[in-house]
Amino acid sequence: MFLINCPYCGERDQQEFKAGGEAHIERPKQPTELSDDEWAEYLFMRKNIKGIQFERWNHAHGCRKWFNMVRDTSNDEIKAIYKMGEKPPSQ
Amino acid sequence: MTKNLRVKSSEYIDETNRISFKFNGKTYHGFKGDTLASALLANNVHLVGRSFKYHRPRGIMTSGSEEPNAIVQINPGTNITEPNVRATEVEIYEGLEASSQNCWPSVQFDIGGINNFLSPFFPAGFYYKTFMWPASFWEKYEFFIRHSAGLGKSPTTSDPDIYDHRNVHCDVLVIGAGIAGILAAKNAAKNNFKTLLVDEKNELGGSTIFENNEFNKIDNKNTSEWLKKEIEKLKDIRNLEIKTRTSVAAYHQYNYLLARENLTDHLEIKDKTNKIRQRLLKIRAKKVILATGALERPMVFNNNDRPGIMLSSAIKKYNEFYGVACGSKNIFFTNNDSAYESALSLYNKGINVEAIIDIREQSESKIVKKVKETGIKIYWSHSIVDTAGYKRLNSVSIMKLSNDGTSVTGRKISITCDCLGVAGGWTPAVHLYTQSGSKLKFDEEKKVFLPNQNTSNQITVGSCCGDFKIDEIINNLNQKLKDTFNINETDLDNIKVEIDQENSKRNIWLLPSDKPLGKTKPFVDYQNDATAKDIKLALKEGFRSIEHVKRYTTTGMGTDQGKLGNMHALGIIADTAGVKMGELGTTTFRPPYTPLTFGTIVGRNVGKYFDIFRRTPMNDWHIENKAEFENVGQWKRAWYYPINEETMHQAVQRESKAARESAGILDASTLGKIDIQGSDASEFLNRVYTNAWSKLAIGKCRYGLMLNEDGMVYDDGVTTRLGENHYIMTTTTGGAANVLGKLEDYLQTEWPELDVYLTSVTDHYATASLCGPNSKKILKKIIPDLDLSDENFPHMSFKEANIGNIQCRIMRISFTGEHSYEINVQASYGKDLWEQCMVAGKEFNITPYGTETMHLLRAEKGFIIVGQDTDGTMTPIDLQMDWIVSKKKYDFIGKRSLYRSDTMREDRKQLVGLLTDDPNIVLEEGAQIVSELNQSPIEMLGHVTSSYFSPNLNKSIALAIVRGGKEMMGKKLFVPMENNNINVTVANPVFYDEKNERLNA
Ligand SMILES: [Zn+2]
Repeated sequence: MFLINCPYCGERDQQEFKAGGEAHIERPKQPTELSDDEWAEYLFMRKNIKGIQFERWNHAHGCRKWFNMVRDTSNDEIKAIYKMGEKPPSQ
Repeated sequence: MTKNLRVKSSEYIDETNRISFKFNGKTYHGFKGDTLASALLANNVHLVGRSFKYHRPRGIMTSGSEEPNAIVQINPGTNITEPNVRATEVEIYEGLEASSQNCWPSVQFDIGGINNFLSPFFPAGFYYKTFMWPASFWEKYEFFIRHSAGLGKSPTTSDPDIYDHRNVHCDVLVIGAGIAGILAAKNAAKNNFKTLLVDEKNELGGSTIFENNEFNKIDNKNTSEWLKKEIEKLKDIRNLEIKTRTSVAAYHQYNYLLARENLTDHLEIKDKTNKIRQRLLKIRAKKVILATGALERPMVFNNNDRPGIMLSSAIKKYNEFYGVACGSKNIFFTNNDSAYESALSLYNKGINVEAIIDIREQSESKIVKKVKETGIKIYWSHSIVDTAGYKRLNSVSIMKLSNDGTSVTGRKISITCDCLGVAGGWTPAVHLYTQSGSKLKFDEEKKVFLPNQNTSNQITVGSCCGDFKIDEIINNLNQKLKDTFNINETDLDNIKVEIDQENSKRNIWLLPSDKPLGKTKPFVDYQNDATAKDIKLALKEGFRSIEHVKRYTTTGMGTDQGKLGNMHALGIIADTAGVKMGELGTTTFRPPYTPLTFGTIVGRNVGKYFDIFRRTPMNDWHIENKAEFENVGQWKRAWYYPINEETMHQAVQRESKAARESAGILDASTLGKIDIQGSDASEFLNRVYTNAWSKLAIGKCRYGLMLNEDGMVYDDGVTTRLGENHYIMTTTTGGAANVLGKLEDYLQTEWPELDVYLTSVTDHYATASLCGPNSKKILKKIIPDLDLSDENFPHMSFKEANIGNIQCRIMRISFTGEHSYEINVQASYGKDLWEQCMVAGKEFNITPYGTETMHLLRAEKGFIIVGQDTDGTMTPIDLQMDWIVSKKKYDFIGKRSLYRSDTMREDRKQLVGLLTDDPNIVLEEGAQIVSELNQSPIEMLGHVTSSYFSPNLNKSIALAIVRGGKEMMGKKLFVPMENNNINVTVANPVFYDEKNERLNA
């Protein structure tokens, strides 16, 4: 059970949060310009890394804010947490 | 013949408090402070159970939670019965009853014991090999296995006990109250850390508390005496909470731990009632100090499982702590010095020790010399090659061990005995440590896995990190405390420790016998009857991974998770395969460390507290009027309102007719409601719905369909424009929370530039939906001054009004196809609004209807229910709702996906109407639809999603999704059922009032 440091509320138990998949996948601004393959890349393709993964999390049973997390999926260590719109920390 | 083997008074046993209890129907006596195991041993009862596979007689082997054999059923046949309880952990109380498990008809005469003689036919993987074929026989096999296997019996009535959960936060959690844990907790608390010390036993002190080795002293005192004084001092320390009878079951990441606190299991039944039985502590600790100690290992030799064969340390504990002699002719079998401590402990109490058999060639430690002085015979370089005695050990046979330890030679000597203490060295209890994700390393010299790589904020102290000698324990503990708490001194600095302990040890994982391996029974896992032979067989058959060998042989898969035998299994695998143990890795220790009751896991969340439920403001009215309810998400919704013994079908037919013929009223309060405000609200709706919203006039309503980005229908509902920058959106009852979450997600992450604010207002409003040709007249009676003309208040528009003093929002919208109004008031006025409608509607026979009638009425109109007629694979085009998809809008969620090659396929499953050729037959929802009956296999075209008998059309109607259905209008299809095939025709899904004339009726 993680202890997650919500950037708006502070440390809270994992059960207050919802995981939202891979981070930094921007919705294309002009979807109609994309080929089927390009659209599928955005729509379906997600990384599943053993190691450093960038993820979206939502403080669903709290402030309801979305934020980003850098997590090592091999040992579940949370490396960093930062707000939406902020640059990911350099590795 | 009952013998009393109580040999000395112990301060932990209250001999003035005599307790009677029953075991297997027979009454015995023990004393306050006894465990079931110690009390049985005091009564000379060793045989307590039968093994799982071979039904071999088994006895008490240990004195703690690692016990593999003495697994009993507590209070059998009562509603508080509990299976699979370790007799070594049960504190006896007056009236306790316990019985053996896994034996029939009795532990003394067990029919399953025949398996023991058939054992050549039960090799490793027996169940896998035997019951794989033929597959269709599996049900019969399962029946057989369940009846012949099965450990305990689960209770058949509900659990009367109360269980509790509690969140605990502390700076330091110390697990294990042996000498290391006590000293760690004391120093943590003294340094102002809020400290919690837990131990699974009822007394503090671990094994040191009954340690009387005269050669080990702390400050010139016996270690036990010294520790007792330290325990005394704990009382005066602030910041320190101590919980005994509390066993840590799970150690998750980020120092989140679950522990079970046992509160009443040791009390008499009359004292248990109305008290919390067990409490689950959910602990979040800033730092965890693991002081979980070590478990003594048995040794693997032929017939090492007979009642009377115990761990050497357990014999010592029963003697010193409980004052019980486990036998009158004792033998010890050892590979290290521990057995000598046990032997001296017995000798000093006047209990006969016949011999010590030591596989080492020699030991020169003081304690060994001391034993030599007593005259106890020591057989060096000898090993036990066999034991005898079916229900109780009566002798052992020993032979000289070869230099390389792989064979035995010379004359076989038989020694009579009734108890054998086995000392195979110590295994650090690292189970919880590994559960936390931390990594172990194998120490080739000590032959143990030791903590190596901490992943959490944790330290390990005492014997669980490989410090077995008292001076090592204290010195290393002292240094770790200083490092961890960043302090310069502790009260351990000035302790004087004298020690004479030798760690010399000769480790042989599988001891040889004069018989070949196939003819012997060297048990590795006692509970699951896995022998060394089984493990070797698995390797021979090609299993290499330790995890596979474990599952194939079931080694370590019992309720004890192989706490005693796992190391031997690994050792035998390594020796056989010719690899180093460290390279094999170890099997994963999974929570719970010891089994948890279901009661502890669920806590208070039972019965009506099992799940949250929500009720509408009109709920009391529904109950008063005998509504039946259905669960929709968390909501309890009125389903139908039977009058006088009506069946559901009769009630729904009546309600449906009334709603179309005169007036009906529905509690629609559960629909999700989201208040949307902000200067970009219209733009936001444009992006989330498939249709256009910018031009919706203030005071108008519009139906909207929401897609996922993959183009599939996600939710639907009517949204009303209340003002220039203000909308109220309704969602499906079940989808409300998810829709809000999804909208928030887009606003926060994709379109943060939009000025839009979302607020969930579902619970703020109560909604009554008034429908039918007389709904207008009823509303007029309630709000006489509101102009209800079609010109002023047309379909799909909105008005604010007052009913008396109550402000309300009224939408003229319809989910039934009838002239309808949805009246919204502040939730607290909901019941009042409803009752006013009922009074005003009385002359029109206003009929309350529930969700079932609502579903029927909308199906007559071909209106979809998201989640019933759709399943996450339906696009609006599939639903034949092309009209709602804007071609002009540049973008909305899911738009691009509607033009993917796959979503544009003609032969996708599409929503159609279905009419049965016999109008009285009502199709089953979920039934499959085919076009050909004489195919094999028959191609499934789709399935029925909604089906009703329509009282207004006087025939059955159905909605279905059918592959290529759009092009099948009028086509004959079949719905094959178990006993017959139903002929159906594809039809327009709008069955009733296709031209929508009734909306303005
Ligand atoms: Zn938050």
